[in-house]
Amino acid sequence: MRLSGDELEVLSILEENHRIPVEDIALMVNSSVDDVNAVIKKLEDEKVIVSYPALIDWSKVAGKENIVAMIDVKVTPKRGVGFDEVAERIYRFPEVTSLYLMSGAYDLSITIEGKTMSEIARFVSEKLSTIDNVISTTTHFMLKKYKHDGVIFGENNERDRRMVVSP
Amino acid sequence: MMKEHKHYLAEMVKELKPSGIRKFFDLAASIKGVISLGVGEPDFVTPWSIREAAILSLEEGYTSYTANPGLLELRQEISSYLQKRFGVKYNPVDQVIVTVGASQAIDLSFRAILNPGDEVLIIEPAFVSYAPLVTLAGGKPVPVSTHPSNGFKLTPEQIENAITTKTKAILLCSPNNPTGTYLNKEELIKIAAVIEKHDLLVVSDEIYAELTYDEEYTSFSSLEGMYDRTILINGFSKGFAMTGWRLGFLAAPKPFTEQMVKILQYTTMCAPHMLQHGAIEALRNTYHEVESMRRSYRRRRNYIVQSLNNMGLDCYTPGGAFYVFPSIKKTGMTSEQFAEELLLAEKVAVVPGSAFGESGEGYVRCSYATSMEQLQEAVKRIKRFMDSLESKANRAQEVYSNN
Repeated sequence: MRLSGDELEVLSILEENHRIPVEDIALMVNSSVDDVNAVIKKLEDEKVIVSYPALIDWSKVAGKENIVAMIDVKVTPKRGVGFDEVAERIYRFPEVTSLYLMSGAYDLSITIEGKTMSEIARFVSEKLSTIDNVISTTTHFMLKKYKHDGVIFGENNERDRRMVVSP
Repeated sequence: MMKEHKHYLAEMVKELKPSGIRKFFDLAASIKGVISLGVGEPDFVTPWSIREAAILSLEEGYTSYTANPGLLELRQEISSYLQKRFGVKYNPVDQVIVTVGASQAIDLSFRAILNPGDEVLIIEPAFVSYAPLVTLAGGKPVPVSTHPSNGFKLTPEQIENAITTKTKAILLCSPNNPTGTYLNKEELIKIAAVIEKHDLLVVSDEIYAELTYDEEYTSFSSLEGMYDRTILINGFSKGFAMTGWRLGFLAAPKPFTEQMVKILQYTTMCAPHMLQHGAIEALRNTYHEVESMRRSYRRRRNYIVQSLNNMGLDCYTPGGAFYVFPSIKKTGMTSEQFAEELLLAEKVAVVPGSAFGESGEGYVRCSYATSMEQLQEAVKRIKRFMDSLESKANRAQEVYSNN
């Protein structure tokens, strides 16, 4: 779907920070509040804007640290439905936070989050490997998150180093 | 016996006025928690791939001098950038010079063309260093005031009125610091006619060329008949967010650059070698970053212009740079008073327009090169400040009418 320049501007502003008031977006794109609301509504209806989650560094919250694993999965595609059917069986599990079909040495890339390592082990051995078309799985545990969705985690040392006033 | 030190100093240097923003800087720097709209440089850090290229060149040991006018490889990139972007052709071998900031390029230009007493027209409000650089080169800066009635755009009549038999050159800066005013092709053509008529040279400071928001940029040297009269000055500071690198460049007819290279050779030798490698990367691979920064500035410009107008500070929409120049005349304060009171009351720093020449009085320069969050907060604070002025005025009115 082709978007107008203004629609692209609104998207790009929201992608950076979706909590910015609509009134301010209207000022930024030289438009009216009603028009911006209409653009946002249209983009939501068309599922161009899928949702507005906050990016949270759970590792900073006591008792909420999650264990994250990425699993490479090889599967045999099924006639007629390809990978879609097995993919659906996998992404329906709520602990699966992302699922991609990949080119290369394996087929599906799963990201999964759990409370403990054994929770993830259980998912792999009891749920994932037992699915009919799954041939093999390789599980990688994530040790540290440096950057996620374009945002650098942890200390922000790119603070403003400029002088207060300059010509 | 030795006399006091001031007796040994050059008169010309002693007579230079310190920059008008110095005093204000000292005040602003002494206060904690200031939101600054007083900064004349991008809020972006230089794109990583440029920084990485400079780091790599240090690791590989590029620590020697380069040729006086800079690495040929960089001059070639500059030359093709100027042609691609502005349609002007300069030979990288002998028409392009890499300088220590655009400031040095301006300095070289004046030193190369001015004889004692030659006059240079400086369009005000103007960047603080133009006039002193003319003076230091032995020339005489002649201020030409522009007017808010047409958004501070320079008109041919204003130039005509300032020209004398001694006028040698004119310094153009579009988009302008501090007003953000941009001159489009039509307006420049009219100015070019006056330049031609009076046989003037043009030092064209195009450092904000990448930051125009409504119209395509026109380089002065691309205008018919102006190539031979123009010293084109540009650099990496604003468009590529590389202010601290101090890397600029100039392009001009060979008879000019030949002389300027001599001055460069005797004063600085060359721009830093490893940083020139960063600049090569900038021109080769990072133009998309320039575009994304431009989009970001444009949004913020729209936001601040309308916000200021909404709270009653008249502000035209400037076509470029990252400054807005609202009028504060209705407050009855001088621009210096306004800036100082705003700073003390609400901790927002703006620069008094008077720092940029007489015609800047009654205005303040607000730089929107700061994060959207900071801008939103600054707008809130300026609004509160304006409201407090208004209620003060209303109270005074009441007291007056009750008596």
